[in-house]
Amino acid sequence: MTSLTGSLPLAELAARRDRIMLPAWIYVLAVLMVSTGYSFKKLYKTPQSREAVYSGIVHDPTVLALGGPLYGSSVGALTVYKYGAISALAAGLMSIFIVIRHTRADEESGRLELIGSTAVGRRAPLAVGVLLGAAANCVLALLMGAGLAAIGLPAGGAFAIGLAVGTCGLVFVGVAAVTAQLSASARGARAIAICVLAASYLVMSAGAAAGSHGGTRWLLWASPIGWATQVQAFAGDRWAVLVLPVACAVVVTVIAALLAARRDLGTGLLPDRPGPATASAWLRSPLAIVWRQQRAGLAGWAVGALVAGAAFGSIAGNIGSLLGSGTGLRSAVARLGGQSGLTDAYLAATMGIMGLVAAGYAISVVLRLRSDETAGRADPVLAAAVGRVRWAAGSLTVAAAGAAVVLAATGLGAGISYGLRGGDTGTQLPRLLGAALAQWPAVLAVTAVAVAVFGLLPGSSVAVGWTALGAAAVVTLLGPTLRLAQWIQDISPFTHVPKLPGGTVSAAALAWLCVAALALGAAGLAGLRRRDIG
Amino acid sequence: MTEAIAVSALRKSYGKTVALDGLDLSVAEGEVHGFLGPNGAGKTTTIRVLLGLLHADGGTARLLGGDPWDDATALHRRLAYVPGDVTLWPNLTGGEVIDLLGRLRGGMDAKRRASLLERFDLDPTKKARAYSKGNRQKVALIAALASDVELLILDEPTSGLDPLMEATFRECIEEEAGGGRTVLLSSHILSEVEALCERVTIIRAGRTVESGTLAEMRHLTRTSIAADLARKPADLGALPGVHDLDVQDFTRSGAGGLGARVRCEVDSDKLDEVLRRLADAGVLSLVSQPPTLEELFLRHYAAGGLAVEGAPV
Repeated sequence: MTSLTGSLPLAELAARRDRIMLPAWIYVLAVLMVSTGYSFKKLYKTPQSREAVYSGIVHDPTVLALGGPLYGSSVGALTVYKYGAISALAAGLMSIFIVIRHTRADEESGRLELIGSTAVGRRAPLAVGVLLGAAANCVLALLMGAGLAAIGLPAGGAFAIGLAVGTCGLVFVGVAAVTAQLSASARGARAIAICVLAASYLVMSAGAAAGSHGGTRWLLWASPIGWATQVQAFAGDRWAVLVLPVACAVVVTVIAALLAARRDLGTGLLPDRPGPATASAWLRSPLAIVWRQQRAGLAGWAVGALVAGAAFGSIAGNIGSLLGSGTGLRSAVARLGGQSGLTDAYLAATMGIMGLVAAGYAISVVLRLRSDETAGRADPVLAAAVGRVRWAAGSLTVAAAGAAVVLAATGLGAGISYGLRGGDTGTQLPRLLGAALAQWPAVLAVTAVAVAVFGLLPGSSVAVGWTALGAAAVVTLLGPTLRLAQWIQDISPFTHVPKLPGGTVSAAALAWLCVAALALGAAGLAGLRRRDIG
Repeated sequence: MTEAIAVSALRKSYGKTVALDGLDLSVAEGEVHGFLGPNGAGKTTTIRVLLGLLHADGGTARLLGGDPWDDATALHRRLAYVPGDVTLWPNLTGGEVIDLLGRLRGGMDAKRRASLLERFDLDPTKKARAYSKGNRQKVALIAALASDVELLILDEPTSGLDPLMEATFRECIEEEAGGGRTVLLSSHILSEVEALCERVTIIRAGRTVESGTLAEMRHLTRTSIAADLARKPADLGALPGVHDLDVQDFTRSGAGGLGARVRCEVDSDKLDEVLRRLADAGVLSLVSQPPTLEELFLRHYAAGGLAVEGAPV
């Protein structure tokens, strides 16, 4: 028996467990890129229109920092600017989730112990995680390339960006394989790998911001995401650059395999630090338990929202030239933002998107109630002198307040960065903070759907909770562009949020959203009081 | 006698699966009560009904004089529960979980907490995710035992403990009982139940099949007897309550005065007459074994249970 014995049946099992999630990741990533290429082709038909967009981007360091360097004004090059670095980032994220899920997460849950006792080699689970991640990235690369070629872009460039994204994903397959050996918890392993990924993007950003000459430009060579941009797809197709990520992926994976051989099952190479022997005085309520579980996560979401808000704010002033002279994108933004002033429309549309993000956070917190219930973590709390409503209220409070924090961070980031560019932070900060917080009632309404289902139909709470958010997102984002019937658009709570900044505030609409949220939440809690637990 | 737990004709179904089918359970205040039954018999379901986590479909359940569903929060201040499968919050330390559960129940004794930590040899600074099953169970046990409550509900509390810790657990429960606390102990470890419990209830397929003191229950079963006799006993097989009789006749070979060797199983309430006949035949040696709880248990657990006459004891 070698250390890889049993990899094949294990790989089959892993592929089966991921048969929905993995194709969904690949599909969404490929489709985002290909549909962007397609819409750019339709929007920017003339070289002049593309040239206008090109010059709008290439002279603005903040815009370059966001999307990465831009090489040329062809449709392909613009598409790669728009989604190339983002796709590389997303491929890295996908790789991290796959690898950790099949290595450290299984180890932590004890599933690997069962598997390890059968005729399976010591390194087989790691091999399976790496194999599955590598396969996913290969499929993604080919699909992205084929899709871009199919819409009529040059095949060379199409496969160059596909492979650039896929090989960047490969690097993070290796990185996740290493972090899975370091931390004893899946959460920790994932967090370390995501930090490496985020750092790669930041290094790429710093390199891209330097423009076409000098300064920090060399940083593009210091980051896996930077390598993906250095392939320069549709602008020379430098295939040789692909050697860098592939070689890096191999080296990192070998390191992971060596580390895996040096440790015992269930342990990490980083020591599990001891914690306090007694609980601090405030740890005495269901609310405190949820806060203790969520505080690190919420901090991450808040920082993410702050950075996203700052990014959106920094390019808002330049949005006119970024969209080019074509009327298509401009009117799409105007419809999404619900007003004619392009900058405000763009900011309002952005706030709507961040509202959906905040709702995603809140729903994830609410659904933790369900996973606590099924995992048996609810039992000891409910068997103590804690009523069910008090137990649930802890999570609901963190969900609602956390969503407000995420929104406030968005408004703060956008207000400061947009204000700094225009030199009127004093005006813009309260304006954009208000615009972001105006999303809160709609966030509560969508989240309350998850609360209602959790109380009344617990078995389907996870599915229905996320479907509610997905439906709201589709209607909110696509409704105005596709000109859906008004009653369909009215289903999404986000349709009723005032289009801020710039629009008018309807207190009645906000009040109704709050009433709907309260009614749904109350229905859920009433159901929870009546039903069986577990 | 005041009852801490009074359950009668309790019913609970999950869809078509019947979990409890008219279960009865009565636990007196201050007693340690064993709750036995094969896997899937309904022990955990009963406990979850008593904790107000499940709503029974029929029958009545009273807990410490209150209704387990309506008065859940008030009752839970007076009891502590240790689940069979302890799941904890992975990023809290054992010490934090113990304090937290104690506070949620409404208070715990800091001195007892410290002494229990020492007796169970638990490191309270480790994160819950790093604990083994046994250590997670210790966390829940310490939190329960250090709480100032009247009733302990323990669902297979020692299934992950090593023998040393199991002994510690027994000591602790004996102290609890001495202090007047009521304990409901669901367990598969029969020696543990035999050592700790005054009364036991055995359930199978959602029903109570046997309930009473261990002495009473032994009375209902058979004692095995092996005797060497001077003469062949008269007509033992005709006596009521004698089973699996095996008589070896040595009167002809006459080895060392041994007349016959008898082995049989006797219903405990018919022992008197059987012993008289044996005595009449001149007892050279006698070994009698009372039924162990394990035998009781197997008899009830086997499909058909009490109903099958002459089932192996």
